[in-house]
Amino acid sequence: VPVSVICFPRQNYPLYIRSIPTENELKFHYTVHTSLDVVDEKISAMGKALVDQRELYLGLLYPTEDYKVYGYVTNSKVKFVMVVDSSNTALRDNEIRSMFRKLHNSYTDIMCNPFYNPGDRIHSRAFDNMVNSMMMQVC
Amino acid sequence: MEQGPAGGPGAATAAAGSGGLLLPLSESEQQRYSELFSRCCPPPEAAAAGGSSNSSSVGELFRASQLPPDTLHQITEVCGAKRVGYFGPAQFYIALKLIAAAQSGFPVRIESIKNELPLPRFMALKNDSEVRYGTPAELHGVKFQVPHATLEKKSYKRTDEGDKQEPKSPPMSPICSPPASPSTYQRIPLSYGYGKSRSGLEQQHGAPYEVRHTTHQQDGPSSGNYGAKPAVTCSTLNRSLSAEREQQDSSSHYSDDPWRITEEQRDYYINQFRSLQPDLNSFISGSSVAKNFFTKSKLPIPELSHIWELSDVDCDGALTLPEFCAAFHLVVARKNGYQLPEALPETLLPEYLQAASLKPIRDSALFESYSESLPGGQQARDFSRTEKASAEEVPDNSALIQDAKKDENQALKVNTALKTIPKEFQHLTVKTAAQESNALRARPRSRSYSSTSIEDAMKKGEEPPTPPPRPQKSHSRASSLDLNKIFQQNTQ
Repeated sequence: VPVSVICFPRQNYPLYIRSIPTENELKFHYTVHTSLDVVDEKISAMGKALVDQRELYLGLLYPTEDYKVYGYVTNSKVKFVMVVDSSNTALRDNEIRSMFRKLHNSYTDIMCNPFYNPGDRIHSRAFDNMVNSMMMQVC
Repeated sequence: MEQGPAGGPGAATAAAGSGGLLLPLSESEQQRYSELFSRCCPPPEAAAAGGSSNSSSVGELFRASQLPPDTLHQITEVCGAKRVGYFGPAQFYIALKLIAAAQSGFPVRIESIKNELPLPRFMALKNDSEVRYGTPAELHGVKFQVPHATLEKKSYKRTDEGDKQEPKSPPMSPICSPPASPSTYQRIPLSYGYGKSRSGLEQQHGAPYEVRHTTHQQDGPSSGNYGAKPAVTCSTLNRSLSAEREQQDSSSHYSDDPWRITEEQRDYYINQFRSLQPDLNSFISGSSVAKNFFTKSKLPIPELSHIWELSDVDCDGALTLPEFCAAFHLVVARKNGYQLPEALPETLLPEYLQAASLKPIRDSALFESYSESLPGGQQARDFSRTEKASAEEVPDNSALIQDAKKDENQALKVNTALKTIPKEFQHLTVKTAAQESNALRARPRSRSYSSTSIEDAMKKGEEPPTPPPRPQKSHSRASSLDLNKIFQQNTQ
């Protein structure tokens, strides 16, 4: 169960936050915020990164006792962070990758909308629906 | 002088006019005027100025009378409102009488209103009762309203919302294609339009056939009305949407679906598209053109964003013609108070719209290509006949949507391919296209046959142009010695 999906632009403020369950959301926010450091570290470690799908996916950022955090960064340095419940061991790496890919695709669709200013919070219903369905699916 | 706050049955008080004018009002006039007055004048008790009308609602009402602005100014002057500065009941009643006079063709003068006059006609009336009042009197013009009272009322329902930049022209599109019969429901290019202008009745028979012809015929008059003032998209939007509004209370044989685009609306949208992008088969870029265009509608940005999201189905940041129509339609709907749907309604899907709209466009484009390449034009006639024949059949909506996507895409390709492929292939594509359209309408299930034949035809048509370039490896065993020599010569 991905309990939380958060998306940050280059400047590291959240563009989109969605969590299930909705209580304790603050904890997820905090976790994700701290994971940003790890993300930045990985990005800088890549150096002249090959712009490659594989490189975009950052993998497991760090595990805590309750859950795992995965990261993904796009070409334009938009970061997606996903927090997943540790108890859900059935969730494989490929599935996480595909979820990130879906997020990335939906994000590009949003960017195509001329009324969306990059840097605004994301209010797109299509994006919401996609995230919801993704969360439910893995649930 | 002004009367007491009761805007109501102060009819007798109309006698005390601004110039001491005694204004005899008949029973029906009295009733009508007082009703109109109370409409224009919010709760009389609250009106501080003692029953005088709110000038903006009066203005709206006057504009709804369809008289030219000069006449309205004249009326305002003559009735004395200009002098006193507001519309008291007396002024208002005189003004109404003057409006009636002007509508009957009398000059705007005090003398005119001393005669017996029909009731003034206002196009924006929302109440049934007002229309009914119009009927009993001896009315030349209002006779139209009698049989079509409901129709006209509905079609003009929202015209008072829009601005009145074209007061002389009929508020609705000139393409009046009133439904000939319930069977029109089943045709995809539905003609929902009622007798929108008074002359609409005469066009009743001509119009359904007009619909199927090429769009140029429809372009002329409709662009005359709408294309002339692209800046006032909002006002004309309201007009075109009143066609939609009436769907809701229309009789059962029309769809009550506000998301269904009528013929007039489609023509209007197509014209707007054309004003932004002359090539109907191409698209409008989102970030500059479409954004500015839709921002003009003054909807809030999040809503526009949502509308875009709904209508840009392929998410490419550009709007093709069907996507544009859908987006425009949603804008129009939103401006008229409809909530935006969560998902794009079926009738606004590009496939659906393409199936409906591309037929006439395809006809015209194909006609052009035929005339230039095929001397006889025989096939053009055949094709047009099959097109028309197929259009008359009743398509199955759901099958159409499924079919339409694939087949219309191919039809588009056929369309463009026709211009490029050499003649020997044209015969093949023409026939297959005709077959395809027939198959589309008549046998949706067996479309797999027709579509494969089209693909074959297209492949044959598209292959000849350029063979793939040969790999130029000088040391490969596969290359011939001749080539190597040629290369060496070139490099030396």
